[in-house]
Amino acid sequence: MIFGGGVIKGMLVTFKNFVLSYFSKEHLTTVQYPEERLPAKERYRNFPFLIFDNKPEDLRCVSCDICAKECPPKCITIVRDSDASGKPLKRPKVFDIDFSICMNCGICEEVCPFDAIFMDHEFELAEYGRFEDLNYHKEDLLKSAEHFAKIRPQDAARIDAKRAEKAQKVEPAKPQSQT
Amino acid sequence: MGLLRFPPPVTADPPFCLADARNDRQVAMEYELKESQTLETQTLEVSLGPQHPSTHGVFRMDVVLDGETIMKLKPVMGYLHRNHEKLAENMSWLGSMPFTDRLDYICSMTNNFAYALAVEKLANLEVPERAQYIRVIMAELTRLVNHTLLIGFLLNDLGAFFTPVLYAFREREKILDLFEAIAGSRMMCNYFRFGGVKLDVTSDFIPRVRQIINNYPKFLDEFEKLLSENEILMARCQNVGILPKELAVSAGVTGPMLRASGVPYDIRKIDGYSIYNRFKFRVPIGEKGDVYDRYYMRVLEMRESIKILDQAIKEIPDGEFISKVGAQGARTPRGFKAPKGDAYGRIEAPKGELGFYLVSDGTPKPYRYHVRSPSFINLTILEDMCLGQKVADAIVILGSIDIVLGEVDR
Amino acid sequence: MTEQADQIFVLAKKALLNFLSPFLPDWAAVFASILVSIGAIAVFGPVTMMYLTLLERKLVGRIQNRYGPNRVGFWGLLQPIADGIKMLTKEDIVPAKADKFAHFLAPIAIVVPALLIFSVIPFGRGMIAVDLSIGILFFLALSSTTTIWIFVASWASRNKFSLLGGMRSVAQMISYEIPMVLSIVPVLLVVGSFSTVAIVEAQSGWHWFVFTPWGIAGFLIFFLTGVAEVNRTPFDLPEGESEIVAGFHTEYSGMKFALFYMAEFMNTFSISAIVATAYLGGWQGPWLPSWVWFFIKTYALIFVMMWFRGTLPRLRVDQLMGFAWKFLLPLALINLLIAGIWLKLESPKNYLVALVMVIGSLMLLYWANGPEIPKKRTYRYAYENE
Repeated sequence: MIFGGGVIKGMLVTFKNFVLSYFSKEHLTTVQYPEERLPAKERYRNFPFLIFDNKPEDLRCVSCDICAKECPPKCITIVRDSDASGKPLKRPKVFDIDFSICMNCGICEEVCPFDAIFMDHEFELAEYGRFEDLNYHKEDLLKSAEHFAKIRPQDAARIDAKRAEKAQKVEPAKPQSQT
Repeated sequence: MGLLRFPPPVTADPPFCLADARNDRQVAMEYELKESQTLETQTLEVSLGPQHPSTHGVFRMDVVLDGETIMKLKPVMGYLHRNHEKLAENMSWLGSMPFTDRLDYICSMTNNFAYALAVEKLANLEVPERAQYIRVIMAELTRLVNHTLLIGFLLNDLGAFFTPVLYAFREREKILDLFEAIAGSRMMCNYFRFGGVKLDVTSDFIPRVRQIINNYPKFLDEFEKLLSENEILMARCQNVGILPKELAVSAGVTGPMLRASGVPYDIRKIDGYSIYNRFKFRVPIGEKGDVYDRYYMRVLEMRESIKILDQAIKEIPDGEFISKVGAQGARTPRGFKAPKGDAYGRIEAPKGELGFYLVSDGTPKPYRYHVRSPSFINLTILEDMCLGQKVADAIVILGSIDIVLGEVDR
Repeated sequence: MTEQADQIFVLAKKALLNFLSPFLPDWAAVFASILVSIGAIAVFGPVTMMYLTLLERKLVGRIQNRYGPNRVGFWGLLQPIADGIKMLTKEDIVPAKADKFAHFLAPIAIVVPALLIFSVIPFGRGMIAVDLSIGILFFLALSSTTTIWIFVASWASRNKFSLLGGMRSVAQMISYEIPMVLSIVPVLLVVGSFSTVAIVEAQSGWHWFVFTPWGIAGFLIFFLTGVAEVNRTPFDLPEGESEIVAGFHTEYSGMKFALFYMAEFMNTFSISAIVATAYLGGWQGPWLPSWVWFFIKTYALIFVMMWFRGTLPRLRVDQLMGFAWKFLLPLALINLLIAGIWLKLESPKNYLVALVMVIGSLMLLYWANGPEIPKKRTYRYAYENE
């Protein structure tokens, strides 16, 4: 006899799940996405953004190109800005991240010595175009330090403390470097 | 080196050879066919894949069928080749860590583990105690994820309409949520670093793992009640796709598949890499080496993994999560250079022996980078298991090998 | 009042015909009566199919711990309509080397028997389109013609997966047809008529055949073979998704595919209805109107089919054949004998004898099939004592 106890046992398991799905959340795990959302986790990472401190001109990025070199799929393009005389400045003229290539690994954030690039929580980024629409430029990537503090409070506190400490160390040395 | 401490099979017969076995079977089959051929019949050549619901990705099996019986089977792979090894040779050491996630995308943590282990061996990096425990916990959680999912998909191959898969997903979700909270991503974790892990675990990590440990056996009991004694499943799986011990060893098969054939070979026991020799756990052994044994090995292994997790959670110490000595290499990867030499790091990944062979010439990039992926090597034996079986069995046998095409084609 | 609720559809039809009769000549009134019945079935069949798809998705969804469709309309009630629109607007792809005519004909022809079967189903007291004196025979004959169109579809597609599916379908249908017919013979033996109405009436007052020993065995055989006849899990080999992509309808898209689907679901309904009629007393039952009882029984059986789908893996082709020939067929034959003995003996004695014989034959078959029944295994461990 092929049909026997095992089949009936299995069918009781599915029936139990069927009935319990009306009563327990444990047995109805679907999240009704646009209305319901799972709580965001602090360490969740999606695409990177560039952080600025007070106003968008004050971005922390000094266009050192480290992230672009370390980026495994090479999705970051940086061109250094220069002043009228052609002297290179410590800020990017072009900072493009191609989100169609980026694989959300977070290595740019790890390697950045200036704490200028971080991974965002934003994920609803669908676009109609495959190429230019997903190539995010500097203006699209800029986000404030407050935004960072909001999405990742613990990391923000740690990084702010580190930066404050660094600033204190640099301060006494300043007069010497000017002379 | 002690790379292969497993004793070769002792038999009085001449040494076993894969080619011989294949020929013998082929000859036997052809003979049988001639004997039974009273009608003039034609064989049917069918290409199962690359677009097929049950080839677990873009994989193709060219099968020659006599009725529904498989006379010949040729696995065709490479549709998902992404140049992983060559890419890694043009990238910093750390740069290929996120790419290893994408090898076997169901268990990224163990892929990270194997790569980190190989690089640490190459660069002689010490791993702090706490990091070791975190690694083991993550690897065993990954094993739970992989085996649960595999059983679900195996049942899908058997024709169950997604119920086991969705039960598996329900439980996997809890582990993936934990991965997301710790590593930042659900599947592409990118969590291990040379000399430790990327970030320390959060404060609610231990209670959450404890919760998983407490709930998982209940789920496994339910799962087993649904599946293990089901007569249809037993009829479909028992005595199907038998892989004899000798053939398995000769073909280099590893992991649960080898153990299902009755060989007690587990790298966690044999190498005792990381800190596995501190834990008490058993290694389940199959008898026949058929699909049912392979299915059951996974269930039993999950139960053992829970034991390891239980011990690891109790013993996990405080301390550094990444080595300070290797810090310049691990934290700022652009400066990391491995010394000249080569190393082979291997772990018992959920699918079998996952090894990374790395050669360094002292530059910031690997000189040679090779992955010994269990899926690929286990897949080579597919034809020998499928000959003489039905088409439906071939699908199930493929499912029981547990392949992920990301790892097969790399 | 209860009488009116019971006969509501019959009375509605009468009222409609009374309303029409002053305007029609005599011969047209007869046609009008036929047309009303046909119209009711032609609407009921496809609507049943549409909502069975929704019901199945909902039920299987709940079994799998998810909601199922709930976005289109309240409780997903407009989902079948959205699906219908999608099916209609899809491109109709015909393979270049296909036999175009047969490829076109098969999906249309397969719906016809599925719809015709509805005409002999007694939906309630007096609610039957045609009370054929050979109702059950009509049903058996029509349900087996489905095979032909499945095979035509698979052959015409010129696809290897389709061909495998078609071959499996033919083998399966022929094998399961025999126990199916044999398992319903005891009912005919006891009732003495092929008419579905007569069968239901013979089961009045809780004398449902399923409560007799031969009835429960016959019910199980008939239901299982019915599941196999409509290609549903665990006997869904002809379309075995994981093995042969979609089986016989691999090369069908759009509305043609929908027609295959429609035939499958209408067959599901009619098989359940016939099983309910033959063994579960059809529309017999206390308190509620007769048609409510009929639908309760039918949908209970449909629920079991969907429950099967949510639980069981598929059998392999040789196991499928083995199950039919080595288990169902002998059991159906023995059951025939048991029913004969049951008829010949006196009332309390026959029940006991039949029960003993059913259990005995089950044990005999279990013993005879012993070597093929899979056993559970135990495993050993290495590094046990570490």
